[in-house]
Amino acid sequence: MTTATFDLPVGSQKSTSAAGIAIALLLPIALVNAIGFILPVLNLARMSFNEALPGGGIADAFTVANWTGLLQDGFYIELITNSIVVSLGITLATLLVSYPIALYLHRASGAWRTFLTVLVISPLLTSAVVRTYGWIALLADQGPVANAIAAMGFQPPRMMFNTTGVVIGLTEILMPYMILSLMAGFGRLDPKVEEAARTLGATPFRTFRRVILPLTVPGIALGCLLCFVLAISSFITPKLMGGGRVFLLATEIYDQAIVTLNWPLAATLSMLVLIIFGAALAVYSRILRMIEG
Amino acid sequence: MEETPTSWFMRVTVTVLFLFLLAPVLLVFPISFSGDQVLAFPPSSWSLRWYDSLLENKVMMSAFLTSLGLATVVTILSLIIAIPASYAIVRLKVTGSEFLFNLFTAPLLLPTIVLGLAILIIFASIGFLATFTGLVIGHLVITLPYALRVLSVSLGNLNLACEEAASSLGAKPLVIFRRVTLPMMAPGIVAATALCFLVSFDEVVITLFLTGPRMTTLPVELFHHVESQADPLVASVSVLLILMTLGVVMIVDRTMGLTKAFVK
Repeated sequence: MTTATFDLPVGSQKSTSAAGIAIALLLPIALVNAIGFILPVLNLARMSFNEALPGGGIADAFTVANWTGLLQDGFYIELITNSIVVSLGITLATLLVSYPIALYLHRASGAWRTFLTVLVISPLLTSAVVRTYGWIALLADQGPVANAIAAMGFQPPRMMFNTTGVVIGLTEILMPYMILSLMAGFGRLDPKVEEAARTLGATPFRTFRRVILPLTVPGIALGCLLCFVLAISSFITPKLMGGGRVFLLATEIYDQAIVTLNWPLAATLSMLVLIIFGAALAVYSRILRMIEG
Repeated sequence: MEETPTSWFMRVTVTVLFLFLLAPVLLVFPISFSGDQVLAFPPSSWSLRWYDSLLENKVMMSAFLTSLGLATVVTILSLIIAIPASYAIVRLKVTGSEFLFNLFTAPLLLPTIVLGLAILIIFASIGFLATFTGLVIGHLVITLPYALRVLSVSLGNLNLACEEAASSLGAKPLVIFRRVTLPMMAPGIVAATALCFLVSFDEVVITLFLTGPRMTTLPVELFHHVESQADPLVASVSVLLILMTLGVVMIVDRTMGLTKAFVK
């Protein structure tokens, strides 16, 4: 690189100094962005094409072995499929438990609405570790949920250290995101339209299916996109509630990076998560275009 | 709303779902006063033993102090870096300011597990792992986008008339910024401060990659503790974390009103 980086075209002295000031004001944030974001991410993308040597070493040569290996290994194909299926299930469960709350909040007004909105946001301000711990306490083998099920005369299922626990925990953890997305998309829902449907003799269920649901599809799509990408990249809850028995993409990235020290494989899995992100986004924009077009 | 069977059904459903949403957070309060040796709910006896054992736990306490110091430094640096940046982007409207804004807030789009791994690999090669400097930079990567976003909104909503008046009365640009713009940005600065502090204080996943036995933060230590044993000690630490968050939120609420600060 030459030293003539700031070789600005001829201009008045004032604009040159203004540009200088702007560069000075932006330099610190650009520096953090470069060191902590751009450089690491580019390096990660490059590393997914590096070969891992035994003992944590990394060969510099370019290879696609990580990628081809990933797609030929039965364990990883199952891991990827499993992650996508579990995340879709969590997204659906989150939608089902969030929709009534969002609809109720949309119809509420005044201080009551503010209070309930704060209640919805408050878990977001609580660490995922704390909320996962709460779920461990609730779903433990002799925990309150298991005891309640036993009291009703059923054999309580195992809810810890398996996929069930992870799904329950993540569903609750992602609820605030879903509720807020749904509410953001509920803008088009005018109470007058519902009223009109009722006046014209529609049953509540029919009103919901034919009027409310179609009008809220944009909010549903946004919430589902957000929850899916958050679910498939979530780490804390699967790690703590899975007890090493639930294998998902994020936990595998961590294990490969920290335990096995196979950074190229961890990098490849990370890139895969980003590719899944891109695919989810593509599906989302397609759905949006379908509704609007 | 009118009394119909539907709205009655709706109310019960919403109540149950709210309980589901809040149960894990509410549960840690009674558990933290458990007198039992192991995690059980409801506890068979009540005591303050887990708060005592928290105060005696040197690792947890030192992790707490690290977190407190880290969040403070990160918050101050975030403001020092993001206030000029937001001014350059919103007010000076440099070429490509929209692109720059998107670039500087882009780290929030990446999953923290990917970002954490990416930073780990770079920091390992420059010896930043398990150092305070490394943690500060790692946290700045995610607090700066929040700060930049909040401050840019705040700056964009300001009325230019006051600054123009000061300028026409002969005040120099730096004086105008210090005496007019900055005080008018106060609500945004309070919100950005609270947000940066909470984000840094609660961050787990990225920090997990950057800490080590030599230097660890409270959420990371808590994570490792839950991984090995989920005893009521975790509950007492959780209560501490929740109260801390509540304190920050209340300070924001007192200074400017919560809805004004976050709902925009």
